[in-house]
Amino acid sequence: MNFKIQDVRVPGPSETPSPVSDPPSGPHPGEGPSAIRKFLLSRGSSAFADRGFRWLMVLCALTIFGIVALIATELTLRSQLTISKFGIKFFFGSAWDPVNGKFGALPFIYGTLVSSLIALVIAVPLAVGVAVFITEMCPRKLRGPLSFFTELLAAIPSVVYGLWAVFVLVPLLREHVNPVLMKLLGWTGFFSEPNFGIGMFAAGVILSIMILPVISSLTREVMTAVPHSQREAVLALGATRWEMIRMGVLRNARIGIVGSIILGLGRALGETMAVTMVIGNRPEIVKSLLAPGYSMASVIANEFSEASDDLYLSALIEIGLALFIVTIIVNALAQLLVWVVTRGAPARVN
Amino acid sequence: MFLAAALIVSAASQGLAQKLNGAGATFPYPIYSKWFSEFSAQHAGVQINYQSIGSGGGIRQVMAGTVDFGASDVPMTDAQIKDSKVKIVAIPAVLGAVVPIYNLPGVNTELRFSPDVLADIYLGKITSWNDGRIAKDNPGVTLPGAKINVVHRSEGSGTTFIFTDYLSKVSPEWKSSVGSNSAVPWPIGIGAKGNEAVAGMVRQLPGTIGYVELIYALQNKIQYGYIRNAAGTWVKGSIDGVTEAAASVKNMPADYRVSITNAPGKNAYPISSFTWLLIPNPPRDGNNGKVLKDFLNWMLDHGESEVTALYYAPLPKSVSDKVRVTLSQLK
Amino acid sequence: MTSQYKTSKGNRMWRAASNHLATGLAILSTILVITPLVVIFIYLLYKGASSLNFAFFTKIPRPVGETGGGMANAIVGSGLLLLVGSALGVPIGIAAGIFLAEFGRGGKLANLVRFTADVLNGVPSIVMGISVYSLIVLPQKHFSAFAGGVALGIMMIPTITRTTEEMLLMVPHAIREAALGLGVPNWRSVLSITLRTASPGVITGCMLAFARVAGETAPLLFTAFGNQFWSVNLNQPIAALPLQIYVYALSPYEEWHRLAWAGALVLIVLIVVSVSLVRFVTTRGVLKGAS
Repeated sequence: MNFKIQDVRVPGPSETPSPVSDPPSGPHPGEGPSAIRKFLLSRGSSAFADRGFRWLMVLCALTIFGIVALIATELTLRSQLTISKFGIKFFFGSAWDPVNGKFGALPFIYGTLVSSLIALVIAVPLAVGVAVFITEMCPRKLRGPLSFFTELLAAIPSVVYGLWAVFVLVPLLREHVNPVLMKLLGWTGFFSEPNFGIGMFAAGVILSIMILPVISSLTREVMTAVPHSQREAVLALGATRWEMIRMGVLRNARIGIVGSIILGLGRALGETMAVTMVIGNRPEIVKSLLAPGYSMASVIANEFSEASDDLYLSALIEIGLALFIVTIIVNALAQLLVWVVTRGAPARVN
Repeated sequence: MFLAAALIVSAASQGLAQKLNGAGATFPYPIYSKWFSEFSAQHAGVQINYQSIGSGGGIRQVMAGTVDFGASDVPMTDAQIKDSKVKIVAIPAVLGAVVPIYNLPGVNTELRFSPDVLADIYLGKITSWNDGRIAKDNPGVTLPGAKINVVHRSEGSGTTFIFTDYLSKVSPEWKSSVGSNSAVPWPIGIGAKGNEAVAGMVRQLPGTIGYVELIYALQNKIQYGYIRNAAGTWVKGSIDGVTEAAASVKNMPADYRVSITNAPGKNAYPISSFTWLLIPNPPRDGNNGKVLKDFLNWMLDHGESEVTALYYAPLPKSVSDKVRVTLSQLK
Repeated sequence: MTSQYKTSKGNRMWRAASNHLATGLAILSTILVITPLVVIFIYLLYKGASSLNFAFFTKIPRPVGETGGGMANAIVGSGLLLLVGSALGVPIGIAAGIFLAEFGRGGKLANLVRFTADVLNGVPSIVMGISVYSLIVLPQKHFSAFAGGVALGIMMIPTITRTTEEMLLMVPHAIREAALGLGVPNWRSVLSITLRTASPGVITGCMLAFARVAGETAPLLFTAFGNQFWSVNLNQPIAALPLQIYVYALSPYEEWHRLAWAGALVLIVLIVVSVSLVRFVTTRGVLKGAS
């Protein structure tokens, strides 16, 4: 496969302008002496052009693979010190003591998974709800501004989310939301003292706000792309609007929706700045979600720029590697989920 | 492909101006950016760009040779000096202080913290505000029985280094069980990112204690406490107290790598520290090295007089005289 | 399904009730989503608008205590970084998406690429910064705007790729077959027919990716580095709005805090303007002649 790629001389992707606005080569219709001649010309070279185009696309796809491989190699090489010193224990140890050179990643892995899970639990229903409302229910006039607004959320820098969370969201949670949660759900043990406002739950909430635009915008696009014939067919059977949405739209769009959730999850796993400002930054595994925790991305961002000795630096980079591995596992689980969700039904409309 | 593109970019024009880059500590960023801006206005064609990427980052960048100079709140370790391919000269620039801030509604007098009490609060051994040992240092103050919420910095920082360096000097238990570094395994408390966020947490949450650079306490108008220094005087963080701490250091080493926490001076503020500029010697580029040397002399002649306006402490005369000698020996 | 269509009275009421319930929930979630946005936006306006003036857009930063400074260099710097990032991220992202949807369907290679794209999406921005630092900055021995742009570009790729794939897959086969049946070469059919049909979604993906990286600080810290002076040289350190916002937000000075909020406000407005501009241009057919 590799020699074939080298055989085809194609311009490097970075030199190619966006295909949306300008296809890489070939004549344009409409101008010039004869439309038929142009058509024939383009047809004559089409076999070669098609192959070239195909390989160009493959090359770009492989670039992604190359980048990830490069980053993974880089991380592995630069964390050799801790890999050889702690081995697999690194991922199951819970001590984090830079002064005495003891490092374990478990509390960070736990914090990342739990805060991302909270974010998904809050964000997914809301995001799908918004998408349903915008595509299926709201008046035409509102549709543009509403979808624009949700995308606007994606444009807010994460340091701003963080500062806003510290000064507005955290006091709100501490004074009003957490006491209610403690009263209603305190018996589960997930919501118990101490209530600082800052903690795993606050991190989950700010993450959910941050991943909402990703999930809802993409869900909305996927739902819009479901052909009208599907909706009309279900309506013609006498379905209510909700039944039409459920059977005609959501069912057809579900792979796309799962895809957008995975994208949102990816962002939640890797989010750094805002999480670090509200999660409490305490490397401990505590059952209560109101207690402070720590996440992998946060510890790297927090300590990387000040880490002085090599072992410490290597431990932080291995955390990056651990995050890599966790993302791989989470994505594998997500693939499984997609398979379960789509089993036994036509996957796509077309 | 990236490399090819990078080469094309490298071929792009190089400016005529003398452009220097420096990186490092966050704490002195405001005064450095002020100095470099003024120096550039007074010296046509000279631009010294300083970015605050953190002390550890500053040390690593200057060692890797990606910048013309570095800056750090934490002295370079012996291992780093050994690893570095170029010789790096540390020049003290200004001084700073770390103060214990607290939020205790109903208490209007300024609290006093003796060194062992401060250490035991951060060790989690003193857990409520009306603990007998706090009360002993603060006679006549009615202390509430509230639980003490401890806040510390979450990210590695020079501030944490200074604070834990101090606690290690005054508490043997702290030294053996926690130690000093820019990030430590805190026995208790929650971590907030940056001086600003620590100040924010303390302001929001009653019963909270934290530590920040002096200027953050002043700017945020948060109460901060007295500390008993090595001479037995109760002192409050102040610019004069910091400069006195630096002046009271006996036998200043030639490489200026010295901790001035718990300094012996009568009114010396005990949680103080230098912050250093790290100059590669010989320089990465001859012309840039000359500019840097000019700047350092300018800093001693003019720069130091401007620092108190931004609540930094200037170098004491004994130190700046010594620095002049060091500068004259730079290549 | 048929059981739900029996015409018993209870069933009909249940169906009507669930219909209303679903409508209510959708409206409720929309309100819940819009509220924090409006709150954050008002907070930004309240904090930052007072520091916005003409100098903010025309002057470079001044030291603390001196008035009349701005963030002109950071605004231009961010623009340049995003341009470099988009030039790298958009073509690769879309092309990889085309590969996944049009050529690699169900194949092993496609699964692998899709999987790595998802993994790349979860790489924290600081790790991206560190990686680009060791791959570009260390060998070159200096920080550069180019390195910053590369870091941003790589971060844009996964979102664009996955969106492009999802959107292309939603295009009915009939459209592709119609194009091929007319004798249009495959590459033309993909670019001008399939991609064109899916373009609103693809553009949404590009915009989401653009908006995400525009506010990133961590990948720029060790690559673009920041600059307190004017610089538009891709080979030199360059200022960027998020970096400037970050430094100012964490400083002790009230005056710099206000500038940070103002910077955040400007950043958002700039992103919104560029997003709307792209939307406008691509939906009003200005680009029609090109494809």
